[in-house]
Amino acid sequence: MSRSAHALRAQGVSARLGGVQVLHPLDLQLEPGRWTSIVGPNGAGKSTLLKVLAGLLPHQGSVSLGGRALSQWPARERARTVAWLGQGESVVDDLSVLDLVMLGRLPHQPWLGKPDAQDLAVVEKYLRQTQAWEWRNRSVGALSGGERQRVLLARALSVEADILLMDEPLANLDPPHQADWLQMVRGLRERGTTVVSVLHEISMALQADALVVMAQGRITHHGACADPQSHRALEQVFDQRITIHTVQDQWVAIPTPSTITNPL
Amino acid sequence: MTQPARHAPLVLALGLVALALVFLVLGVCIGSTGWQAWTDMARDPVAWQIVWDIRLPRSAGAWGAGALLGLCGAVAQGLFRNPLADPYLLGSAAGASLGVCVALALLGVSPASLEWLAQIGLTGAAFLGATGAVFLTLVLARGVQHTLRLLLAGVVVGVVLGAASSLILLMQPQLLQAMQGFLLGSTAFVGWGACLLMLAVWCLCTLAAWLFSPVLDGLALGESTALSLGLPLAPMRLGLILVLALASGTAVAQTGLIAFVGLAAPHLVRSLVRAKHAWLLLLSSLMGGVLLMAADLLARALIAPQELPVGVLTAVLGGGYLLWLMHRQSAALAGEAT
Repeated sequence: MSRSAHALRAQGVSARLGGVQVLHPLDLQLEPGRWTSIVGPNGAGKSTLLKVLAGLLPHQGSVSLGGRALSQWPARERARTVAWLGQGESVVDDLSVLDLVMLGRLPHQPWLGKPDAQDLAVVEKYLRQTQAWEWRNRSVGALSGGERQRVLLARALSVEADILLMDEPLANLDPPHQADWLQMVRGLRERGTTVVSVLHEISMALQADALVVMAQGRITHHGACADPQSHRALEQVFDQRITIHTVQDQWVAIPTPSTITNPL
Repeated sequence: MTQPARHAPLVLALGLVALALVFLVLGVCIGSTGWQAWTDMARDPVAWQIVWDIRLPRSAGAWGAGALLGLCGAVAQGLFRNPLADPYLLGSAAGASLGVCVALALLGVSPASLEWLAQIGLTGAAFLGATGAVFLTLVLARGVQHTLRLLLAGVVVGVVLGAASSLILLMQPQLLQAMQGFLLGSTAFVGWGACLLMLAVWCLCTLAAWLFSPVLDGLALGESTALSLGLPLAPMRLGLILVLALASGTAVAQTGLIAFVGLAAPHLVRSLVRAKHAWLLLLSSLMGGVLLMAADLLARALIAPQELPVGVLTAVLGGGYLLWLMHRQSAALAGEAT
């Protein structure tokens, strides 16, 4: 996988959805070759920010990739540079797993071209990495939620982009496959890939290099995951309903029960 | 890495072409004078006329209209990511009906005007109505950007134009009988001119849809992911909608409202092979042609020497087949998952 140092930068970026301001003007710079987790409560604007960074949503302000406005990148070149894994992607059920993952190679293939040996090798590699190779000929409709998520992850990985943006990639994954995902992200980072993930699993998010904490369409904190200030920002944004602890040299977020009496 | 059944699409395409040729020969042989016209055509000018001017263009026309509808079905189902999408989704059927209804109402229903209409204006009115309805849908949906808005606009246009046709028929009930042939669908009056027109439109639309087919592949993953893969969604979606309008407008203008062929053809293909849209579009088109040819043969043979309206037959057979397919696929998916 070739890697170039493309930094992703948002300046004065804001967005409205259905007449509602879901992102207030914000600045963000993501260093190449690092893993950044975006966290925050529901409705904080995390997915919207990720879509804006991917160039998939109309917005105000500018997003640049490698110093060049994202909108000025030719579409296919941009697609080879920035890969996207959406939240709860709905896929046509009668596609085979192999065909679905092969769609990740579209930006590398000539228009109406056939997959070549390299495309097939790349697809096989990521299907094996996500342990989905055995179902390559099954239809997507026959997969469970977790299996489908692994196939979608293989599709995003098969783009082999410099930057991988993932919105809730752990949805439906069981703990062993969450651990596999973590190992896979670490491997990508070692090879120089910039990874940005929106995560609700705070303990997993704390394994990243950097943490972007969001609330009500704004970034309230951006810092290293190892920084205690990041932990305090996290606890604060969740109204002290989580506390960050260290367990076996890893940070773990433990939720605390509500003080509101359960009527049941 | 091995890809199973790599040649399956090609085999199916060749099989469908062969089947179409067989049905063409059968179509030439079936009619009120039976096989005799076929055997006597070399020495009997009347038999020659029956075969060359009536039966052959009729069968070829059935293939043409079916192929256009099959293509439209595959385009619509890919574009709207909905397996229930059919060629008339954007209002073309209701528009064509209204076009015919208005033309009949304006020109009256005397035998002379009907003859004039059949020769000159009826197909034109249907085509204008169909394409006009799709245009109206695009205007109401404010472009092609939003799939849901397009679908809703298509439904609204279909309902409103359908109501307008009903109103005209209510005010002029004598039009009902003349409209019936169009509403039930028929290949009986397709001539060589219509065949050539459908063939030209089919070539153009199939080529255009094939060029845009990677967009339909990408859309299988959803709009955001398709965009992230660098696919130019907006211009190609417009191109595909124009294909849909032109192909469905042409088919409906020549043969009236033929149900289920466009809906069933892509399902049939998908139940036989797994293929990308570059193949799926062509195969659905070939399947649509074969389906309508088969329905046309049955319509002519079942109660011979009389005929059933082919549209009625496609509705009954197509609907039944889809139900069976739905049941079979549910069972297959359940088996695959366990």
